[in-house]
Amino acid sequence: MLVLEKLQEKFPEEIIETGESAGQTYVVVKREKIFEILKFLHESGELLFDHLADLTAVDWLKKKTPRFEVVYNLFSIRYKHFLRVKAQVPEEDPRITSVSSIWKVANWFEREVYDMFGIVFEGHPDLRRLLMPEDWEGFPLRKDYPLSLEPEQEWQGLVELKEKARRLAPFDWYQRVPGERGPSEVNEEAKEG
Amino acid sequence: MIDLQAFLNTADHFLLKYFGLSLFKSLVLVGITLLHVAYTTYAERKIIGHMQQRLGPNRVGPRGLLQPIADVLKLIQKEDIIPSCVDSPVVFKAAPLISLVAGATSLAVIPIWEHFVVTNVNMALLVVLAMSSLSSFGVILAGWASNSRYSFLGGLRASAQVISYEIAMALALVGVMMLAGSMNLVEIVKAQVASPFKIYAIPQIIGFFVFMVAAIAETNRTPFDLPEAESELVAGYFVEYSGIRFALFYLAEYFGMIVMCMLAVVCFLGGWYGPFEVPGVPFFWFLLKLYFLIFFYIWVRATLPRYRYDQLMGLGWKVLIPLALLNIVITGLIKVMA
Amino acid sequence: MPQAVEIIQKQKNSDQWDEPYLVNMGPQHPATHGVLRLFLELDGETIVRCDPRIGYLHRGVEKLSENLTYSQAMVLTDRLDYIASAANNVGYCLAVEKLMGLEVPRRAQIIRVIVCEMARIASHLLWLATHALDIGAMTVFLYCFRDREWLLDIFEEICGARLTVSYPRIGGVRLDFNQKIIDELYRFTEEFPRRIPEYETLIDVNRIWLKRTKGVGVISGEEAVNLGLTGPSLRGSGVRYDLRRTRPYLIYDELDFEVAVEYEGDVYSRYRVRMKEMREANKIIRQCLDKLAECEGEPVIAEEAPDLLIPFSKPKRPQPAPHPKKGFLVKSVEVPIVPEGEVYFAIEAPKGELGYYIVSDGSGHPWRVRIRAPSFVHISALPALSEGQMVADIIAVIGSVDIVLGECDR
Repeated sequence: MLVLEKLQEKFPEEIIETGESAGQTYVVVKREKIFEILKFLHESGELLFDHLADLTAVDWLKKKTPRFEVVYNLFSIRYKHFLRVKAQVPEEDPRITSVSSIWKVANWFEREVYDMFGIVFEGHPDLRRLLMPEDWEGFPLRKDYPLSLEPEQEWQGLVELKEKARRLAPFDWYQRVPGERGPSEVNEEAKEG
Repeated sequence: MIDLQAFLNTADHFLLKYFGLSLFKSLVLVGITLLHVAYTTYAERKIIGHMQQRLGPNRVGPRGLLQPIADVLKLIQKEDIIPSCVDSPVVFKAAPLISLVAGATSLAVIPIWEHFVVTNVNMALLVVLAMSSLSSFGVILAGWASNSRYSFLGGLRASAQVISYEIAMALALVGVMMLAGSMNLVEIVKAQVASPFKIYAIPQIIGFFVFMVAAIAETNRTPFDLPEAESELVAGYFVEYSGIRFALFYLAEYFGMIVMCMLAVVCFLGGWYGPFEVPGVPFFWFLLKLYFLIFFYIWVRATLPRYRYDQLMGLGWKVLIPLALLNIVITGLIKVMA
Repeated sequence: MPQAVEIIQKQKNSDQWDEPYLVNMGPQHPATHGVLRLFLELDGETIVRCDPRIGYLHRGVEKLSENLTYSQAMVLTDRLDYIASAANNVGYCLAVEKLMGLEVPRRAQIIRVIVCEMARIASHLLWLATHALDIGAMTVFLYCFRDREWLLDIFEEICGARLTVSYPRIGGVRLDFNQKIIDELYRFTEEFPRRIPEYETLIDVNRIWLKRTKGVGVISGEEAVNLGLTGPSLRGSGVRYDLRRTRPYLIYDELDFEVAVEYEGDVYSRYRVRMKEMREANKIIRQCLDKLAECEGEPVIAEEAPDLLIPFSKPKRPQPAPHPKKGFLVKSVEVPIVPEGEVYFAIEAPKGELGYYIVSDGSGHPWRVRIRAPSFVHISALPALSEGQMVADIIAVIGSVDIVLGECDR
């Protein structure tokens, strides 16, 4: 394939592996020069990957080392070819260069990956949490993150909200606290019992 | 020996004539207008409902006719909430009252019939203009006192809008004054009927157009409902209001709308005169014209989208005011020629 | 969150008048189409800076999918873009089928195209309704809902659900169309092209509408591609990128339809694109109904389609031991059906490019499900579209890029 040849010619040392999955070509690269590789793919006239369809990460806990892979799904609207670039990111040092200066759309994609996996994008203009609250602890899409938290691990905001609901419950018609039984229900059960 | 009987007679006569009658008249007027306001809301919901292929209110009473009364009862019952962060509770409480009182005061000078004016003053037109400006004063105060970002923006928009459209409206009415030679509304109606076209809407067609557009803007109705633009400012200046105070703002808006329609009927459409007399109902024609204009207001609301703030100002200053000035020039020329 | 409150508090107590005026628009606001929160810095009425905050509807669909089987995870996709849920289901199923190498019967493919295009019309109708309401035209709103109601009724007839349909299955669709649905769809396709001019007469010739939409939220084609806009929002800027034509899936390459493109790049041209698209979608449904008659009686689900725990005709598999972990997520039958590998599959959803990136490790669960939601990208482009415009314009812009927060936050 033309794209792969071009890439191999330009960055012979960076490419770790190439292959195909479900008819889609992918290339695994080292993370150090990811910015240069993607800039080349974006700007080279014959490749012209102008559409960053998707940017995400995969956590390969206990399956592969290095643990993380940052995945760039690229598409060229003019030439209609597709390429997946995967950059390996180790667990100990989860850093990679930001590409938000190449594609503006990468800005929020990278923020989301940072939010969910804790991978830091260097050179990102505004790396904050996106979907989770700003004071959330942990990175939910990592494989070692539990599906449901224990009561003592709960997010502080939710704890405060529950506390407030408990305080204001007397003013509520049904005196309810979210996730708990209200006094009226307890009373009714007591009557029935 | 003082003639006690005569004195009492005089006093009685005086009270009846000047005080009792005015009080009686104003009570009748306010009562009727309040009913009109209530049923204008009902009519609005029904008419817009049918224009939008739905039914409108139809649950309370036959055909939903008691809906406005149920609404008022509900709003009166509600707790009067003053948000804790309000800048000035006094102003916050007073603002809807200012709006409403100013809106309702204009009613005093509007003649519904030759013999039914609460106070027939010579400067009636000015009183109406002054009161409608004062009405938006309440809006501005509400926007400032609520200490909410949306309210404040709504209040600012209201002040800018009122200033620009007040000018256009007043200028549109100048033509009427020039033709009638008076600012007394009863005189205006009489002069109108004596004029060749019977109504001023024909010779003053530009003025009538400018007046109607400006009146819609003045009463903050679609497409000029920027101070309360629902999709941008949530509810604009009354975003923090609830219960009866919210209802007062609502009332004020409809009062303003009815007053403006009445003014249009009086100044442009020949007041209570019609092609023939309807025996027993002296204000039949007045009400008919009024209802038509109110229907027009409602119709506009169902049809048009909302202007943007700068476009609204542009329309006011670049289109309506020059048009109104042109109207004055033309009227003046006609007056001089004739 | 604390940041905004602090700034507003600080501003309240200071006497400085040159600071920007901060407005916190949302998450409860009538025109942000859900729980989108915009943090606006105003200079008068002009927007100096716009900072969208999302996450108020984050339900962790991606994390949940990793803990469900492939068939179960499909149900979650309904909840992404709940206005056009059929399109989400189809996209997910196509991605999994591509990973499995599963061949879908032709009749199922045609039915999928029909439901996708129905979802597109329903979505665009809702978009038009809310967009018009945002700009202040109230009547269009209810006219559109009248026709959307008709479509939802057809959906109900097809699968029993109106909004979250979960109708397609991995390997086909749940049930075949009966004659009643086909008749109703014929009636709809006959009637609907007559309804579109009704909306257009209400808004297309309205000067206020034109003033509010023309030249607002302008973006060039190049910039739009860089910002990742897709779907009608991109085609409104003159870029002919429609996945139904660029990377055809299902039977779209056999169908005769035009890709709607407009070149101005403003709110009005995005509106034009969507109006055109509704007409084209109607044409597509019509063609598919004719094609459906050709393959009457053929199966609508592949023989080797994975089990759903809803008995089709296959015998039930033995139940595993209940999972020890507490909570509502009980892992059900794990059948190693999907080979190891990964796939990125995107379809042209009503809102734009809806992509599924699925990584499989060969077990019954997806190892990673990533959803590339068009609304997410469109919201990220809001600052570029709205800065320098007025407060009223941002409402028009939000409407014109057509966002659904369920899809954005996942």
